[in-house]
Amino acid sequence: MNKPFAITLDPGSSLANHTGSWRTERPVYVDRLPPCNSQCPAGEDIQGWLFHAESGNYEKAWQHLTRDNPFPAIMGRVCYHSCENVCNRGQLDAPVGINSVERFLGDEAIRRAWKLVPPAAETGKHVLIVGAGPSGMSAAYHLRRFGHRVTVYEAGPLLGGMMRFGIPKYRLPRDVLDAEMQRVVDMGVEVVLNTKVDNILDTMQTGKFDAAFLAVGAHIAKRAFIPSGEVSKVVDAISVLRSMEGENKPMLGRRVIVYGGGNTAIDVARTAKRMGAEPIIVYRRTRDKMPAHDFEIEEALQEGVMIRWLSTIKQAGDTNITIEKMELDASGFPQPTGEFETLEADSVVLALGQDVDLSLLEGVPGLEVSDGVVKVDANMMTGQPGVFAGGDMVPTERNITIGVGHGKKAARNIDAWLRGATYVAPPKHQVATFDKLNTWYYADAPKTVRPMLDIIRRQSTFDEVQGGLDESTALFEARRCLSCGNCFECDNCYGVCPDNAVIKLGPGKRFEFNYDYCKGCGMCVAECPCGAINMVPENN
Amino acid sequence: MSFQPVKFYQTGTFTVGNRLLAPQERSVQANMERTNSLNSGHRACQGCGEALGARYAIDAAMHATDNQLIAANATGCLEVFSTPYPETSWQIPWMHSLFGNAPAVATGIAAAIKIKRQKGLKDDVRVVAQGGDGGTTDIGFGCLSGMFERNDDVLYICYDNGGYMNTGVQRSSATPPAARTATTMPVGPQPGNVFGQGKFMPAIAMAHEIPYVATATVADLRDLEHKVKKAMTFRGARYIHILVPCPLGWGSASQDTIKLSRLAKETGMFPVFEAEYGELTNSSKIRRLLPVEEYLRPQKRFAHLFGKSPAVATIARLQALADKNIRKYEMLDKEAN
Repeated sequence: MNKPFAITLDPGSSLANHTGSWRTERPVYVDRLPPCNSQCPAGEDIQGWLFHAESGNYEKAWQHLTRDNPFPAIMGRVCYHSCENVCNRGQLDAPVGINSVERFLGDEAIRRAWKLVPPAAETGKHVLIVGAGPSGMSAAYHLRRFGHRVTVYEAGPLLGGMMRFGIPKYRLPRDVLDAEMQRVVDMGVEVVLNTKVDNILDTMQTGKFDAAFLAVGAHIAKRAFIPSGEVSKVVDAISVLRSMEGENKPMLGRRVIVYGGGNTAIDVARTAKRMGAEPIIVYRRTRDKMPAHDFEIEEALQEGVMIRWLSTIKQAGDTNITIEKMELDASGFPQPTGEFETLEADSVVLALGQDVDLSLLEGVPGLEVSDGVVKVDANMMTGQPGVFAGGDMVPTERNITIGVGHGKKAARNIDAWLRGATYVAPPKHQVATFDKLNTWYYADAPKTVRPMLDIIRRQSTFDEVQGGLDESTALFEARRCLSCGNCFECDNCYGVCPDNAVIKLGPGKRFEFNYDYCKGCGMCVAECPCGAINMVPENN
Repeated sequence: MSFQPVKFYQTGTFTVGNRLLAPQERSVQANMERTNSLNSGHRACQGCGEALGARYAIDAAMHATDNQLIAANATGCLEVFSTPYPETSWQIPWMHSLFGNAPAVATGIAAAIKIKRQKGLKDDVRVVAQGGDGGTTDIGFGCLSGMFERNDDVLYICYDNGGYMNTGVQRSSATPPAARTATTMPVGPQPGNVFGQGKFMPAIAMAHEIPYVATATVADLRDLEHKVKKAMTFRGARYIHILVPCPLGWGSASQDTIKLSRLAKETGMFPVFEAEYGELTNSSKIRRLLPVEEYLRPQKRFAHLFGKSPAVATIARLQALADKNIRKYEMLDKEAN
């Protein structure tokens, strides 16, 4: 070869120099579990559906969401969103409004009539579900997706269970509830209303069911003995809320005393207020000890509900009640003081908690019942093979989201059991804690506040109290997500590598490392906003 | 001020890319078809800020000139690690020059192109010259000043890592006060580089009243790319000064290169601004103002300030320099604060 003057070697590329051999540690891409997902009782992939919502693809976001939870419009109203309490963004400014975006997606789905996907093939198995509440209908949805035939027996006249008979309209409008229930029915779920299952084994045998999921809600009010006159009106909160759904609205009078401090007490007091009454909640301890959620207490107070803290009802007369003042002892328990007071009262509503009617289980061998609930194993199965239970019936904290989660978990286990297998949950990723993030890269963006109905209408109508987001605010809110622990293709690793050792694979395909040249400097790990890269020692 | 208003709230434009932006609004570095002017296999240390800054700047220049670009390179780290004969990491027309004459070589290239265009060359070929702070502020200073003074059509890019790093971390006139190097006072009451000496080249460039002067760091890619592209819209002499941390010479962890660049700006130790024809036109505002300790502590070249008895007076002098930068280059957003 003819080389120019003073040139002795052919030109070469530095690609011949594999600088990857310098490395003592190597970066690897990982998916970590976002705190919100880890917290969600219904097992939603929140970060996953927000990812689609961020790009404005609401239908895909909704489909991703409903893989785990078929009721986003309901959840977006009544879920207590413990996800937001653990949101990493809360340590920056304020948590992402996950609940409000979920509601937006749910409402969009109803408005645009998006459908759930029916199963591809039928398995021929038939599963009985007792109770059309959140847990039962969630299980019905998931079992139907697996291709099983599903029949739901419901004692009441309508679908929804406690979502209808326990939650007032001003928190959950009935057209929303109906739409999300109907969408599950439209997948081919059979529903038998107004039919109480008296004996589970008989019903299973008669109907030739292969398995059963019991999801009976806690509908029986707990009573407390209160000495009362013959004409004094003492009713329970659950029956008041239930009768709000029928033609004959309850007659409570003007001065309504609500006894108890849980969410049901608040719900019934706010309902009475809307009917024109002047409700007073009587609770034996202090506000910070009240089991009801604080935002609900606050909303009730705003609407004019009165609360008598540290008080118990001693006696109910015809037109008044006697309350005794209490004081907390050193261990925080209320103790009587001997001081009494009289309050005018047209009726007393007891909101002291609820029990489950377990009569359908009588005579079933192998069952273990304690404290009014049924014991289940880790796979949600009772002592009777093929009979599973969830929601309020089993030992758990009681709320709608937990019920929905039980329905999903039970459906997976029932599906496995019907195939003669045992469901094994996939291993969970390590949680993406705040210290894994590089939050410099997230723009400052305050949380979007949802509109609230004005106070006059909150006191006199059953219109929904909390409004929803519109498209622009929902998009903004979705984009506040930090995508903790999961690559959102920001290209930072691809950009900041001084050695071009990150290969960009294209939209939706993320990245991979070129270990021939990666020197292991760790810059990609340090500058990854969401903590989706980990540094591991080289083995050799 | 960011050149582009924050548009998308998941990341704004602080990240390299953003899947929510239209492709033409994304950075050059986010592009799968970026030039990779400085390719893999170069022998820069782990976490080298200069290797990163050079690829950022030259890729952006290639993009801005539609790949019609010739580079002249001063001797220095950048040459040593990218072109050990006969290998090269450069994927652009690239010319070696001596430590001190890169601006003059670039002037020559620009003159040659001018003649070729007079003789019928259609392409508008542009010229960059690049070097480290030693080749720029010390050894090549005369050639650079001449290039500015003649207003030759060259973009000169200085990668400032504050010393002669590949030869063993010797002091340059860009080494900050109090920083330890191999050639500054190693012990005594005031170890490290002296106060009151050294040069801030961007200010000297501004004094030449050339069309465009800018500073940048590798921590703000969008800003850096914007400045390179903007420089290419001018004819005549232009100067961009990029702060590039050096893990070897600064005694910092290799993964902290970008973090330190960010801290340099956020503490006011390094002002990021633009100037046209000698006048300040724009400065990047500090987002979260921090004391200079935050920038100094992670660097071993300043470790002597944080011994058993911290050198409070020295730290205060450095803070005073930062405060002066903040005032002089208007680094605080007055409306926001």
